[in-house]
Amino acid sequence: MTEPLLQVRDLVVEFPTRRGTLRALDKVSFDIAPGEVLGVVGESGAGKSMTGAAIIGLLEPPGRIAGGSIHLRGHRIDNLPAREMRKIRGKRIGAIFQDPLTTLNPLYTVGRQLTETMQTHLDIDAAEARRRAVGWLEAVGIPAAAERVDAYPHQFSGGMRQRVVIALALCAEPEMVVADEPTTALDVSIQAQVIALLKRLTREKGTSVMLITHDMGVIAETADRVAVMYAGRVAEIGPVRSVVKAAAHPYSAGLMASIPPLSHKVDVLPQIDGAMPRLNAIPQGCAYNPRCPHVFDRCKVERPELIPATETRAACWLFDSHAPRERAHV
Amino acid sequence: MSEASPIFEARDLSRHFDVSKPALQRLLAREGRRTLKAVDGVSFAVPRGTTMSLVGESGCGKSTVARLAVGLYEPSDGQALFEGQDLAAARKSVSQRRRMGMIFQDPYASLNPRWRVADIIGEPIRAFGLATGAALKEKVGSLLRQVGLSPADGGRFPHEFSGGQRQRISIARALSSNPEFLVCDEPTSALDVSVQAQILNLMKQLQRELGLTYLFISHNLAVVRQVSDRVGVMYLGRIVEDAPAETLFTAPRHPYTRALMEAIPDLDMAGRERQPVGGEVPSPISPPSGCTFNPRCPLANDRCRAERPALIAARGTPETRVACHAVEEGRDGFEARAAA
Repeated sequence: MTEPLLQVRDLVVEFPTRRGTLRALDKVSFDIAPGEVLGVVGESGAGKSMTGAAIIGLLEPPGRIAGGSIHLRGHRIDNLPAREMRKIRGKRIGAIFQDPLTTLNPLYTVGRQLTETMQTHLDIDAAEARRRAVGWLEAVGIPAAAERVDAYPHQFSGGMRQRVVIALALCAEPEMVVADEPTTALDVSIQAQVIALLKRLTREKGTSVMLITHDMGVIAETADRVAVMYAGRVAEIGPVRSVVKAAAHPYSAGLMASIPPLSHKVDVLPQIDGAMPRLNAIPQGCAYNPRCPHVFDRCKVERPELIPATETRAACWLFDSHAPRERAHV
Repeated sequence: MSEASPIFEARDLSRHFDVSKPALQRLLAREGRRTLKAVDGVSFAVPRGTTMSLVGESGCGKSTVARLAVGLYEPSDGQALFEGQDLAAARKSVSQRRRMGMIFQDPYASLNPRWRVADIIGEPIRAFGLATGAALKEKVGSLLRQVGLSPADGGRFPHEFSGGQRQRISIARALSSNPEFLVCDEPTSALDVSVQAQILNLMKQLQRELGLTYLFISHNLAVVRQVSDRVGVMYLGRIVEDAPAETLFTAPRHPYTRALMEAIPDLDMAGRERQPVGGEVPSPISPPSGCTFNPRCPLANDRCRAERPALIAARGTPETRVACHAVEEGRDGFEARAAA
């Protein structure tokens, strides 16, 4: 395998609170290869967005990186001063957020936002920046781009705004993009257009994508590999088909099974009982053990790391070949 | 069951909103009044003990229909009928009003944060005078058990519960007046997928046990397929297709329904390229003439741009009602698809 573009190792993010420190991310590790689309899925509070925010250096205080490292092409970026990080964010790592209305500045025309971004990060003059801004709007499928470049965000519809946000994230030609729920605020017919666009542009430019979403359908269609997160940890990571069709970790398997299928009607949907633990009450051992149908004694004591499972890597003792499993007698 | 009289029926139901600017601004800009036709002539029936779903994208009017169906809005035109009786008249009587209820989308906003759960669930029982004292407490406890919580949870506040548990509380509250007809407006869209499965299973189980009738509003076609007996697809305030659930999903007829199904990313299609439907939903304030889907429709012709199609039985699938000139004229290639 080639050298990873992004390397996240044992990342820990903590939030100090009055009642003690909450660990929002607990030793998260993964790589993203150049040109690869890594999907990150999980339920609300699993730490997907937190991971994205840590990578682009936009953790909301008092949240802070308390351990581990993030390397971009071999250079450490998690401990850079804010000024240095600003040069990386936008230039080398672009960001797309869920709500295009809060991403765009309502007081500037979309053209100004694009040219400003490009002139900050690329060595080009104003005329060239404007020419490229029109080109980007055309590339993301805005009709009459030459006129619309002088329009304000409120003059665009939701789907069009998200296209502008994609143009904004890609215009400085970053090596990777962190896309946090880029289609969640959009209707399905618009969502399909935006996903197709993001896929096409990043493939053309060879941009890596970290695609954060709770929508498994979007992941199945877009990602090369998937990381499933649970309670601030990576439960499983592997090729998209393997995770979707043959998940090894009982949580990923349960999550996939609980998605209502469009293709047929089932009498009773498989469900995972209970709910994800709160950050202040994460159980000892495997965080999933109270809900897991395959739990045995070791799961309640010892925390599993990611180990090779059938087709993926899963943090689950069921796949530890060195120590024979001892199932609890229930 | 299909012959039974419907518990709820909408007849040419409409709801218009005045979205004009203030009078002075209108005068200066020389504009007339502007009307948003959120629901524009919708007809459907919900037979007793079944689930009718309305599905569509934001702004299609599905939530407005939900509010019309429980009397939170008055119709601008047409009728909402509860067991054949005008809904507004039915709601004047307490004994009729308690027979319908509603479950809302957001379990964080729909429960009073200052009330204990037992008070939230007990409120409709008290308001309708169904029970008091020990009987009330007993009833609240059994409702909590029915939705998978424990009677002891009644003493806690909503913030102590997760999203899924709060939606269970909403369901318990909706059930507390022993209703027969429940309107569920996106009851699972604020929930995570594993919790969504819990709530959908619970709703189906309660329907079997209590013989409930649901009007189910959702934007999620996969969810709709799991719960519905009949499905109406809405677009810009109108029903464009209304069919038995299995027929709708195996033989969708309206070009919009087909586009919608095509657009949904499905787990089985990993890596597949798709052809997304072009264009966007037009503004409901100035909808296109004729069939409102015509600017996005691959089958649109001059008739579609001029004449509004009526919702009529479809050629080939007579159980389906569809509002499409192309289907009526046999231009939609249904026979060819069916033969293939």
